[in-house]
Amino acid sequence: MTTITRTLPKTRSTEPAPTRKPSFDVRQILFWLAVGAIALFCLAPILWQVLTSFKVNEDIAAVPNVYFPTRLTLDHYIELFTRRPFLRYIFNSALVSLVSTLTCLAIGAPAAYALARLQPFGGRVIQAGILLITLFPGILLLQGLLEIVQIFRLGNNYLALIIPYTAINLPLTILVMKSFYQQLPKDLEDAARVDGYNTWQMLTQIVMPLTLPALVTTGILAFIFAWNEFIFALTFITEESMKTIPVASAQIGGASVFEIPYGPIAAATVVGTIPLVLLVLFFQRQIVQGLTAGAVKG
Amino acid sequence: MSKLELKNLNKTFSPKVVPVKDISLSVGDGEVLSLLGPSGCGKSTILRMIAGLEEPTRGQVLIGDKDVTRDRPGDRNIAMVFQSYALYPHMNVHDNLTAGLKLKKTPRPEIDKRVAEVSHILGLDDLMQRKPGQLSGGQRQRVAVGRALVRRSDVFLLDEPLSNLDALLREHVRADLKQIFAVQKAPVVYVTHDQTEAMTLSTQVAVLNNGYLQQLDVPERIYTHPANQFVAGFVGSPQMNLLTLPCQGQYALLGDFKVPLPALPTVPPQIVLGIRPEHVQLGEAEGPAMVRGKVFLVENLGMHNLVSVRVPNSQGEPLTLRILVQPGQWAERDLWLRIAPESTHWFDLQSGDALNKRG
Repeated sequence: MTTITRTLPKTRSTEPAPTRKPSFDVRQILFWLAVGAIALFCLAPILWQVLTSFKVNEDIAAVPNVYFPTRLTLDHYIELFTRRPFLRYIFNSALVSLVSTLTCLAIGAPAAYALARLQPFGGRVIQAGILLITLFPGILLLQGLLEIVQIFRLGNNYLALIIPYTAINLPLTILVMKSFYQQLPKDLEDAARVDGYNTWQMLTQIVMPLTLPALVTTGILAFIFAWNEFIFALTFITEESMKTIPVASAQIGGASVFEIPYGPIAAATVVGTIPLVLLVLFFQRQIVQGLTAGAVKG
Repeated sequence: MSKLELKNLNKTFSPKVVPVKDISLSVGDGEVLSLLGPSGCGKSTILRMIAGLEEPTRGQVLIGDKDVTRDRPGDRNIAMVFQSYALYPHMNVHDNLTAGLKLKKTPRPEIDKRVAEVSHILGLDDLMQRKPGQLSGGQRQRVAVGRALVRRSDVFLLDEPLSNLDALLREHVRADLKQIFAVQKAPVVYVTHDQTEAMTLSTQVAVLNNGYLQQLDVPERIYTHPANQFVAGFVGSPQMNLLTLPCQGQYALLGDFKVPLPALPTVPPQIVLGIRPEHVQLGEAEGPAMVRGKVFLVENLGMHNLVSVRVPNSQGEPLTLRILVQPGQWAERDLWLRIAPESTHWFDLQSGDALNKRG
């Protein structure tokens, strides 16, 4: 609730300042207030989870709320890794996400290039079809996919997750990559051909380095989706050693039905989020670097 | 040693889009051929067909008597400078220059020698480690030319290489290019829509329009002896006066005045008179081939004034002649103008072809 009242300064900052000269400072203050408010609004739930994961159990259950714990503990984290195979879950998630992301880029990027440059017959229809698929709610696929997984006996197999994740991420990958390829000056590819590059060399040595930022951006989006996906992972994987983080976190149970283990759940959430945060922070530099390199016209 | 030859080249994209209809040309060693024409005349398509980036619908491309029509661009041993330069943004200047040579497995010492040579000519020594993004427009242009020069190719192609430079730089680079062309021996094909570039750089100019070759000649004759009305109007700035006039006996009627016609087998009912603004002379009084008109517009071009003169016409609309004169007070004046027979061009109204092929 507090977060909502705090966003109010943001709306006020858009009003024109009354006078010219001192308005500069007022605007600056309002601007940073708004920035702070939005940041708080977005990050508060995460902050809450992080704080909860470090609280001792009494503080978590305490009334009135303990917002900022005075007693910190790592017990919840230790519990995750000692009483449950959480490293294994992380490995499962990482494997499934990584393989599906790479497969997605490996299939999507060439498809996007073909759509953008070769202008195949019916290309527009194909593109409209791709766009349509993105509008399709993923949950409707579950029933059908379950049947397919059964027929091919893919249950409790990483492929049961990798294949659907790849398929679901493909439309986005193709659309984003296609628009990026279209921006790429065609002269570059002509110059490469005059220089004697064959098609494969041209794609790998000229086109791909230039589309790296787009590959990274779409790759991250695909990875985040696969990392966070819950329903498929819950349905297709029942074996304990193959579960992914979202499923494992959700299934953390207490000693009795009436006890909800908030601490370990919060810790699991934090553990599950950290790899994504690291990934984005690491590639953020790559993205910015790549974008400036790509922005150089011809 | 090498020679570029185009035979009956045609490119048809669709029945309605035929940018190149039927072009035959040949460029020998040490020759610089400019393809000059307005946008959409097919000049870039011709260049792309020579490079192998487009496949001709009909016709042949021969380099050094070898038919390369179906060869890939990389197998033709050509070099091309693109309008947008098309430098690889992720490679530094050195890698940009050497990319093509490395692909051809040229020995390392040979690459170094050629790069050193080219970078000396173009002054690229200090830029070798920079990426294209860190270069100015002029520097990028030099790298693009350099990348083509290190190839030591059989044919050298340039697609409007100066059009992205500002006017001052363009003049410098134009002069540099001329020297470079003189040193290297391979045939050069230079595409431009700028007549000054075509005139100054080339040994031969091919004026194109609508997918057809209009005139292929040395630059001087393109200016002095335009083969048809299109070339006459396209080459030369300010544009040539082109007036459609009725004929009467051995005279064409320019408004209320008479201009003697050249010797023609038959006198057509109407004829197109062409005279360049710089060739219209000022006269003192009435006489043969003299017309009188009133100045209604003066445009100052710096070195000259471009003066528009309205010649009265009792038969219909008044005619407008534009003349180049020394700067001065010209507004509203009545002038006697001499349409000198030695500097007039006559064109057929229907075909546009020149009627008096002098010299």
